[in-house]
Amino acid sequence: MTRLSALFLTTSALSVSASAVLAEGELNALVWCDHTDPALIEPFEAEHNVKVNLREYEGTGAALALLEQSRPGDWDVLVIDGIDVFRAVEANMLAPLDTSALPMDDFFPEVVMEENNTIDGVTYAVTEKFGYNTISYNSEKVDEADMQSLATVWSEKYSGRISIYDYYLPVMGLAAIAGNVATAEIGSGDLPAIGETLSTLRSRSASVAGVVAAQTALATGEVDIVVGGGEWLTAVLAEEQPELTWTIPEEGAVRWAQSIGVVEGSENPDLAMEFIKYIISAEGQARLATSSCFWGMPANAKAGDVLTDMQKDVLRWDSQPDYLALTQLYPAPDADLDIEMQDLWLETLQQ
Amino acid sequence: MTNEGQSLQGCGFVTPALLWTIAFFVVPFLVMGAMSLATLEGRTLIWGVSLSNYAEIAEKAYIWRAFLVSLEITLTVTVVSVLLAYPLAWIIAFRVPAEWQRLALLLAVLPFWTSYVVRSYAWLLVLAREGMINQAMLGIGLISEPITLANTRFATVTGFVHFFVMLLTLTIYANLIQLSPNYRRAAMDLGASAFQTFRYVILPLTLPGVVTGAFLTFVLCIGDYVTPQILGGNSELTVPQVIMVQLGRRADFPLASALAIALMAIVTLAYIFSARWLRLDRL
Repeated sequence: MTRLSALFLTTSALSVSASAVLAEGELNALVWCDHTDPALIEPFEAEHNVKVNLREYEGTGAALALLEQSRPGDWDVLVIDGIDVFRAVEANMLAPLDTSALPMDDFFPEVVMEENNTIDGVTYAVTEKFGYNTISYNSEKVDEADMQSLATVWSEKYSGRISIYDYYLPVMGLAAIAGNVATAEIGSGDLPAIGETLSTLRSRSASVAGVVAAQTALATGEVDIVVGGGEWLTAVLAEEQPELTWTIPEEGAVRWAQSIGVVEGSENPDLAMEFIKYIISAEGQARLATSSCFWGMPANAKAGDVLTDMQKDVLRWDSQPDYLALTQLYPAPDADLDIEMQDLWLETLQQ
Repeated sequence: MTNEGQSLQGCGFVTPALLWTIAFFVVPFLVMGAMSLATLEGRTLIWGVSLSNYAEIAEKAYIWRAFLVSLEITLTVTVVSVLLAYPLAWIIAFRVPAEWQRLALLLAVLPFWTSYVVRSYAWLLVLAREGMINQAMLGIGLISEPITLANTRFATVTGFVHFFVMLLTLTIYANLIQLSPNYRRAAMDLGASAFQTFRYVILPLTLPGVVTGAFLTFVLCIGDYVTPQILGGNSELTVPQVIMVQLGRRADFPLASALAIALMAIVTLAYIFSARWLRLDRL
């Protein structure tokens, strides 16, 4: 699999590299799946008469490896987990970003997150979308009062009816919050307690599932609760199955955020900047927030003028002040702690 | 044509395949081998000669468990697939009229025509608590409440067997169809029963085809990521899943490469074990 992955990364880089050389007026972006929605990309392509080549990736490690194997100039735009912006900057893969031309004053103040996007006084990225890793559930199958506390969410009562989102950082963040440990404060000494919580959760879960598998499990009744879920998991199903919903328990939950920046050495820095301006404009934000891949809150509050009332209801627009106050950012471990956390996660899965 | 001319012509035919193999197997393999001896310090890749990644594999219990799980699943899939594919290939080769055999083979491999990923998700729906199998068993009163089939090892094995029975049917059929009917007639004439004919004549003669198919099943199954990831529900981890976790966030290519080399060592052992019967020309 490693050979295949490496070959895949190399051939991907080569193919995009070739197209970048051949075509002028093209933009190459490494993105998450929500950016691949034609409803989001086509208006930009039409307005600027360019072609946007999108490459999806999973995991910051894969994205950084792909960038490392590419030539300078192959890529123009990078969408990245907010907590990993510093990793891209350390690897010299993001260019400084001139935010004076961006509507930063329109952002929800809590998600500007200079601590993520600005390093040594230089801004390299801006937040474009955020949401929560919390509790998704089927309101017809569980007692909604039980969903208001992490202790009752994964109690014996729901044994075998739980799926866990398959990403160790947010789920371990939730386990830390359940034990009154702030996600930003997680250290090696906290891991045994977090491990115990994870073991309990694991023993009562039916599966540990990725995005599609977790959605499928909830939609088909295979499970009634997804720990680590949120609006990004259930919003796209809201129209057909309104009973699938989500909440933030009283202990709080984890907040995710994704950032966007210009890749260092881009051959189209002006076009890349135009793309970022479009993505964080009110219209771009509304389209990104309701992408067919997954929904999430726009960082720019002005998107509220464009979104419909129904869309804002699904996103819980009016509850955002409470949610922002109640949630904590993803854990952002250093390299050594990251290894310990990942080992603990894998040990738990193998139990 | 002179011997020298024939030799040059032979080289001309072999060179493209040789270059392809060097470029896309030998070189990547050497890179992977070198990578497995490198280390990741913090987030910086340090090239060198270190066995620390192999030591890590030896030390971590969850990695050992992943190898065990991979082997158990692969052996189960291989045995079950052979047991199902052999009778199917036999029926197609000896019971289906010659003019219908092509259609029968086409039907046997029809599931190949759908996407591997889509097929796996389809199985997830079929095996769900409210899926077709549970509903059928509830309907005939076999069970009183739905049982958990999805997100288990059973689901992973089912998805694999569905795929590999098709592959094995083709390899075993190709072997059976080459057998002259005179072997069976001679055995019967000499007084052998149907079972004795199969046990002492047909089976030994078709063993190379069976082992070849089984070996391919073993190789493809032990390195597969998609099926256990979708159908297994992470109820237990296989080696490819552990490799993907190393790559996804931390980009730990050295450890991932060491795991891949270790996996390759297991495949090599399987090859050595089956080499006696392996006949790739029977495919």
